[in-house]
Amino acid sequence: MTEVNPNPNPNHNGIVASDWIEQAQAAALLRYPVIAGRGPSFSVIEEFNKWRQQADLAEAVAAIRALAAVIRASEARTMMELEIELKKASATLKSWDTTSISLRAGCDLFMRYVTRTSALESEDFNTAKSRVLGRAEKFGEISYKARKIIAVLSQDFIFDGCTILVHGFSRVVLEILKTATQNKKLFRVLCTEGRPDKTGVLLAKELAKLDVPVKLLIDSAVAYSMDEVDMVIVGADGVVESGGVINMMGTYQIALLAHSMNKPVYVAAESYKFARLYPLDQKDLAPALRPIDFGVHVPPKIEVERSARDYTPPQYLTMLFTDLGVLTPSVVSDELIQLYL
Amino acid sequence: MDARRGPLAVPKVRRVGFFTSTDPSQESPRPNRTQSGPADAITSSSSPLSDSPSAHFISPVQIPPSRHHSDNLASRAAPVPVPAPSAFRRQVANERTLHVGSYNPVDSLLGNSPPSSNGEVSEDSGSLFGFQRSDSAKLSASFPNGGFDMTMRVRAPQESESKAVIESEGRKKNVEASGESKSVATKSHKEKEPKEKPSKAERRASQERDRARKAAAKGEGSKRAGESSRANPSKVAKQPQLKKELPQGTSSVSEKRFVAVEKERRMDVPQTQMQYDDKSRVEKAKRRSVVEQTESKNKVELFLHLPQYERRNQLPTLSSNIFTLDTIHHAVYKVGLQHLAGDISGDNARCIAMLQAFQEAINDYATPPMKDLTLDLTAKINGYVSFLIECRPLSMSMGNAIRFLKNQIRKLPADLSESEAKASLCSEIGRFIDEKIVLADKVIVQHAVTKIRDGEVLLTYGFSCVVEMILLYAHEIGKNFRVVIVDSRPNLEGQKLLRRLVTRGLDCTYTHINAVSYIMGEVTRVFLGASSIFSNGTLYSKVGTACVAMVANAFSVPVIVCCEAYKFHERVLLDSICSNELGDPDAIANVPLRTNTKHSKTMDNNKNLQFLNLMYDSTPAEYISMIVTDYGMIPPTSIPVIVREYRREDLLL
Repeated sequence: MTEVNPNPNPNHNGIVASDWIEQAQAAALLRYPVIAGRGPSFSVIEEFNKWRQQADLAEAVAAIRALAAVIRASEARTMMELEIELKKASATLKSWDTTSISLRAGCDLFMRYVTRTSALESEDFNTAKSRVLGRAEKFGEISYKARKIIAVLSQDFIFDGCTILVHGFSRVVLEILKTATQNKKLFRVLCTEGRPDKTGVLLAKELAKLDVPVKLLIDSAVAYSMDEVDMVIVGADGVVESGGVINMMGTYQIALLAHSMNKPVYVAAESYKFARLYPLDQKDLAPALRPIDFGVHVPPKIEVERSARDYTPPQYLTMLFTDLGVLTPSVVSDELIQLYL
Repeated sequence: MDARRGPLAVPKVRRVGFFTSTDPSQESPRPNRTQSGPADAITSSSSPLSDSPSAHFISPVQIPPSRHHSDNLASRAAPVPVPAPSAFRRQVANERTLHVGSYNPVDSLLGNSPPSSNGEVSEDSGSLFGFQRSDSAKLSASFPNGGFDMTMRVRAPQESESKAVIESEGRKKNVEASGESKSVATKSHKEKEPKEKPSKAERRASQERDRARKAAAKGEGSKRAGESSRANPSKVAKQPQLKKELPQGTSSVSEKRFVAVEKERRMDVPQTQMQYDDKSRVEKAKRRSVVEQTESKNKVELFLHLPQYERRNQLPTLSSNIFTLDTIHHAVYKVGLQHLAGDISGDNARCIAMLQAFQEAINDYATPPMKDLTLDLTAKINGYVSFLIECRPLSMSMGNAIRFLKNQIRKLPADLSESEAKASLCSEIGRFIDEKIVLADKVIVQHAVTKIRDGEVLLTYGFSCVVEMILLYAHEIGKNFRVVIVDSRPNLEGQKLLRRLVTRGLDCTYTHINAVSYIMGEVTRVFLGASSIFSNGTLYSKVGTACVAMVANAFSVPVIVCCEAYKFHERVLLDSICSNELGDPDAIANVPLRTNTKHSKTMDNNKNLQFLNLMYDSTPAEYISMIVTDYGMIPPTSIPVIVREYRREDLLL
């Protein structure tokens, strides 16, 4: 389906409408029918996997790095060709894990960010390409450093003697807590078990290594313990346009509880996770299913809710810690609009 | 206060059943501000000011001026050398005092149309200085003492003959007579420059000076002129406005200055609607209106500040006037009549009809000799706009469209030939309609359809053409859903939508708004249309929308508003009372199929019974889940972002 360029301003250079790309792609296919292995010696998935092997790298960042490598290795001679290559590579990466919102958002944002330079069309190709490459590398750098930036920004919110409730295993949240211990802050952490993935246990293990006092709760004990909690910090799979977050199943519950008991809920998310989705309710998301092990045998004829994620609306979130700064949920749309300008 | 904004007017006593007291303390800072720069000597000398305006001085609820005005204000003073500006500023000051009142949210654009705009920023008065301004005021400005005589002379022929012929002659005289028309013309081109405080203060001071002089000198003559102008109600009168103002200039000095300062303050803030509880202004409006205004019997206390509904009475007069009134182009006249008769409803339709009429009018337009196309055309457009306002208050979308058009006229390069300019304007209007309305609707449909899943029950209220398009398209692509149409008296617009959907084979349920909480339990999504959305996310739409949205919120049903981006407005709306539109009170009283003559007699004669037929209401942002625009799906908090990012180039500047 043809998308209309959201920017009605005809004088705006550099924004390539996706239907142009499709047309160009079709044209290119016509002329070079055997294009299947375009850039045969270069496979974006390989590059992606190579990056992912780096310890602790988020998959979206790996994808962004891989896309930057696509540009570098590209043999295209025009901007349009380059765009087409990028688009194809991006599609391949997204198909690697169709349920990952951050991967999709990261790729989309990369495309947007990189093709946004208005001077792209006026210069000769090589300069333009190097400029695009520069932006791509910069975007990769920013994304890589995002975690550190977020950790630094959120230090002000952790005070001595506070009790933090965390849910799900988010490396950003871990980074925040690590930096807090490095800054010699004294706090304790309540960690939900995070069934069925046992993510809570993993996180608790990591925190124990840092000598942070950790207490594990079963997921149903959150309301019980909410009194002694000072703040809730969670990560995010994706941040949507309304300002809400998509995160591991259980986040919505915790956010609702915290909101009704007047505890702040902070979400730590890198800016490449801003996705152009707008769910209106829980079922509006693209489903991500996963196997659930109840521990006991599930009797037959019984259905099991297997969704892995839920959506937390923006009114239950207090602040977003992002590498763009500490933002309120309504700023997400602002940023997205500006980026898609 | 933001330095770029105009001074806020002081709220005065307004009797609407409860009393608000004026705050005199606000006025003291005023004089200080006006006393910067050359204003010093001027303010001291301009002590004698008339106070009669103060008697009628009921200030409207103040809303900060739009950026549009601020820029205009500044540009007024900036490029012109001191003696000239003060002279016309004086005139401008007079103009200001006459302004009866702006009618609508459109006032920000009507800022450019002096006669119809109330207390609008001076630049507009200034820009129209050359052509629309009543002769008297203009001439008097350029020739402070001698102008009076010329005023008399010019007025005489006008009084004796009728209508536009004289007007245009008078206007021409104005242009030629005033040596400052050129300077004014240059000024109007720079209307968009950022406002500077000192220039405003200077202006204010000179206005006071001017008022003082005028009031002192022209007491009697204007009175006579005012009465005679009353004899020709059908003139597209800018003159009577001015004439009426002069009789008021006869009281003590201090009061005059106070009032002048007050008025300046008030006029710097564009009034979004004419305050109809201000008797003097209503009188002025009546006299200069094209459309015959009749006194409406049914007036609700709280809504006295809105134009009362008189449309039905005007229709026969106007229809018969179509051949005699040649100041208004026939296409515009037709659109006005359609509005008056209620044939056109729905924001998009109204806007498109108006723009197309303007297109025709521009095509048929011929620049009078010795005049600048830009200025004259702007003046003509202003005239059309005032006429349309008299027929029916403009909607926000129409206001934005008019602003866009005026902007385009302003931006015309000076070296274009007349036909080229006209062709360019017409194509710009066509582009606006295509891009901002037609294409935008298509994009909205594409986005909104992704939110409709199989098995949904969609609720909609009233008739919105965008929502209709969405439902029809979703049905076409094979989605399986039910529609619930909520309707309300007295317009029963939902029936139109019901008919259209049923003929296309959709499953529909129809109910009235009193059952909305009953039916909301089975609804999964609510789709609403919009007349406008304000910067704080408030939705301004047909009355009853707020009710539906709040009930939906109580049932946790997401509310989706579909609105093209050209309807966004940078104003902020807090309630439904300050700006609204009144409809026909009889429509409420008369329930079809229920004729109880005895009943209606008692209703008519009962002074304690008033019918209130509000047309619009405001829905706070927290009840809206999502807004679908041609820029995508955005939360209500992002309206100012869109206005900021996208509108700057297109519409405002």
